[in-house]
Amino acid sequence: MTSSDISVELISTVADAFERGTALEIQGGGTKQFYGRRPAGSLLRVKGHQGIVNYEPTELVVSVRSGTRLSELQQILAEAQQMLGFEAPAFGADATVGGMVACGFSGPARPYRGAVRDAVLGVKIINGRGQQLRFGGEVIKNVAGYDASRLMVGAMGTLGVVLQVSFKVLPAPEVTMTRTFEMSELLALEQMNIWAGRPLPLSACAFYADRLSVRLCGSGDAVLAAGREIGGDEERDAITWWASLREQGLPFFSQEEPLWRLSVPPATGPMNLPGDCLIDWGGAQRWLFCEHSADALRQVVRDAGGHATLFRGGNRDSEIFEPLQSVQWRLQRELKRAFDPRSILNPGRMVEGW
Amino acid sequence: MLQAESRRVRGALIAKLRDILPRQFVLTETEQLRPYECDGLTAYRQLPWIVVLPSNSEEVEKILALCTARGVPVVARGAGTGLSGGALPHPHGVLLSMTRFDRILSVDRANRTACVQPGVRNIAISEEVEGMGLYYAPDPSSQIACSIGGNVAENSGGVHCLKYGLTVHNILKLEVVLMSGESVTIGADALDMPGYDLLALMTGSEGMLGVVTEVTVRLLPKPAVARVILAAFDDLAVAGNAVAAIIGAGIIPAGLEMMDNPAILAVEDFVHAGYPRDAAALLLCELDGTESEVEAGIREVTRILELQGATEIRVATDEAERQRFWSGRKNAFPAVGRISPDYYCIDGTIPKKRLGEVLTGISKLSNEYDLRVANVFHAGDGNLHPLILYDGSQAGAFERTEALGGKILELCIAVGGTITGEHGVGVEKLNQMCIQFEMPELDQFHAIKKAFDPAALLNPGKAVPTLSRCAEFNAMHVHKGRLPFPELPRF
Ligand SMILES: Cc1cc2nc3c(=O)[nH]c(=O)nc-3n(C[C@H](O)[C@H](O)[C@H](O)COP(=O)(O)OP(=O)(O)OC[C@H]3O[C@@H](n4cnc5c(N)ncnc54)[C@H](O)[C@@H]3O)c2cc1C
Repeated sequence: MTSSDISVELISTVADAFERGTALEIQGGGTKQFYGRRPAGSLLRVKGHQGIVNYEPTELVVSVRSGTRLSELQQILAEAQQMLGFEAPAFGADATVGGMVACGFSGPARPYRGAVRDAVLGVKIINGRGQQLRFGGEVIKNVAGYDASRLMVGAMGTLGVVLQVSFKVLPAPEVTMTRTFEMSELLALEQMNIWAGRPLPLSACAFYADRLSVRLCGSGDAVLAAGREIGGDEERDAITWWASLREQGLPFFSQEEPLWRLSVPPATGPMNLPGDCLIDWGGAQRWLFCEHSADALRQVVRDAGGHATLFRGGNRDSEIFEPLQSVQWRLQRELKRAFDPRSILNPGRMVEGW
Repeated sequence: MLQAESRRVRGALIAKLRDILPRQFVLTETEQLRPYECDGLTAYRQLPWIVVLPSNSEEVEKILALCTARGVPVVARGAGTGLSGGALPHPHGVLLSMTRFDRILSVDRANRTACVQPGVRNIAISEEVEGMGLYYAPDPSSQIACSIGGNVAENSGGVHCLKYGLTVHNILKLEVVLMSGESVTIGADALDMPGYDLLALMTGSEGMLGVVTEVTVRLLPKPAVARVILAAFDDLAVAGNAVAAIIGAGIIPAGLEMMDNPAILAVEDFVHAGYPRDAAALLLCELDGTESEVEAGIREVTRILELQGATEIRVATDEAERQRFWSGRKNAFPAVGRISPDYYCIDGTIPKKRLGEVLTGISKLSNEYDLRVANVFHAGDGNLHPLILYDGSQAGAFERTEALGGKILELCIAVGGTITGEHGVGVEKLNQMCIQFEMPELDQFHAIKKAFDPAALLNPGKAVPTLSRCAEFNAMHVHKGRLPFPELPRF
């Protein structure tokens, strides 16, 4: 595998941009450019910063440079029968580790094995002053200093250029089995949440078009026993189906309308919103193709205790992400200032104005 | 502050606080203040100026707004079991005791969450939801006493955190009052929140960024079966290899704990758990899951332990025996407390593969400083708790103990680990922070603090050392290897 350290070059570019106060658009593989508000600034390419820096399967930790391709990392972990628990979507063969962390997307396993942020143990970043900083580390338990590592996840590169990330990895499951059920949305939501309250080896629950799919992962014994307990039909060719769900390759995802991502408490009943909806994360993540006004849609989701993101399509100059409330907005703005005082890193990618 | 001036300011503040709280919840007499002078790190003591006991967030908002207006520092306190002096009072500050926030507000069975006030004891949550087959996973050894608010502030872990995560992995939402007196919701009832992950930032922030007034925790289904294996070894490094072998085989135990011989002896004398007294190391490995899964796991772990050279292997046959095996580990601290007038608990984390080397290093240091050390170890996640035995009544003994503790932490850093796995920095490890982090990193921490608390009134002087302190420490440290006047607090 390729290994190259271009951190010196990246640091000097950021330091220079800080001096001049000019904006940088950080780019990994460029596979998630559709996401977030419209980027601005001159391109800072991180892709050349590649390589696995440290991987010790028995420590359950891998440290990797941010330009490393996600697919490459996954392959190396698979060779040691390990994996990233959160099942990150790649959205393209070029997706990098840095882009994955910056976007913070987690796949169908998220409710059962944790999100990207749950697996992050440490980072090396360049802040908006062009300083190289190291937070967290390569050990599973570490509370020295504020947790600035997890803060990078989902920050869309607005707090720092991610140079290196250490993840906690998990053993790959011995056996995977998928069971499917015909049922209504209402019943499916109830059923997923009843099962999630029982000690079953669940690793994904999704629902679309009257069909509930449940994935079980773990030791052979546990999966067989759980399969008997929950019933349903065994789906033989499920691996591709779950991958297409994760990568948004299912036919459902090729609709014309803007695509919304609704993040709600898992047991929330069917959402009273127009449009075609697919349920993932055992009810906690709902994909909705919908032309509805953003304000009205957001109100419905907020009333359910959640928030809505315009994931794809629609007006990218509008607030893509849930607008923040006053104190929350100020805190986040101050935090952005703390890391990037001249607002040179991906300005405007998350919130208008900074 | 001059004494007369100080008395006047204090008096005026007390009067204002009594407008906010009923009289009996504003403590001002020395004998009332005494119980608050230290947390679990009893070597550091400071009588608070004033103690207040609010019971709702409106009161907390008013108290913080008042203190901000008057430039008075505030220190939040949960159950006071912290081991790094995080809740150590400020001599001219208000100590905010959160013990009256003691209600479980609601349990949402369908969503598997509980909303509780921060003063609720950790174990009370699991007790409340036991009938639903659910529990709250992070289980610090102090769980019968420590508060969930303190757990959030320290990102506490427990025996089960290798498999089930730390506090940060098991909370969803916080209500927080900022030093300005404003309330803000951080996190959500959903699995993620818009904007930056302030929930992660708040967790483990040692009461420096805001006062937590409500916590929504995630509940997990209780595993159907849990069984524990006890294994003895005649060599610590061999036991360390066994730990790596178990994890390398793709097994994530629900708990994986180790003790060295001095710890085994102390525990055996105290609770008679039936541990082999002559073992150099003892490993406890718990597996949970379905009946058949645990059966298979026990067979596999037993095979690995034999292969790795365990001198004795016992599988607990029933729940009573399982509890007995664990009772030793869970009572390790008090057991050590019985064999020595005082003990000092260190909390470093290391990569597991360096265990042998680190334990050898600790034993060398122990000889050098002429102080006994007993080691208990969250082996699965590399979190080491060396317990230094000393006699605080002997002149200089505590200073020597602290110096030895500092050296052990430096050793942890040197092998790629960290100075604190779960107890926090508090006032205790400020110097070691200067070694673990570079100046720009510490500077970044101060900038984060400033975003939340621009006047630096909340728990000032804790968790992150000032740059000037580090400049001074590093200069001294390089030349002499020891900080002069370690007894002087340097805020
Ligand atoms: C015998 C023993 C065993 C222990 N075992 C473990 C263990 O296994 N794992 C582990 O992680 N820890 C352990 N600890 C350490 C300690 O119990 C934990 O750190 C615990 O989380 C502290 O909780 P507390 O309520 O006592 O907090 P306190 O000691 O009162 O306070 C700790 C910190 O939290 C802040 N704080 C408290 N409440 C709030 C609030 N509402 N809002 C904002 N900040 C707040 C304080 O300002 C302080 O900085 C142990 C301690 C003892 C004495």
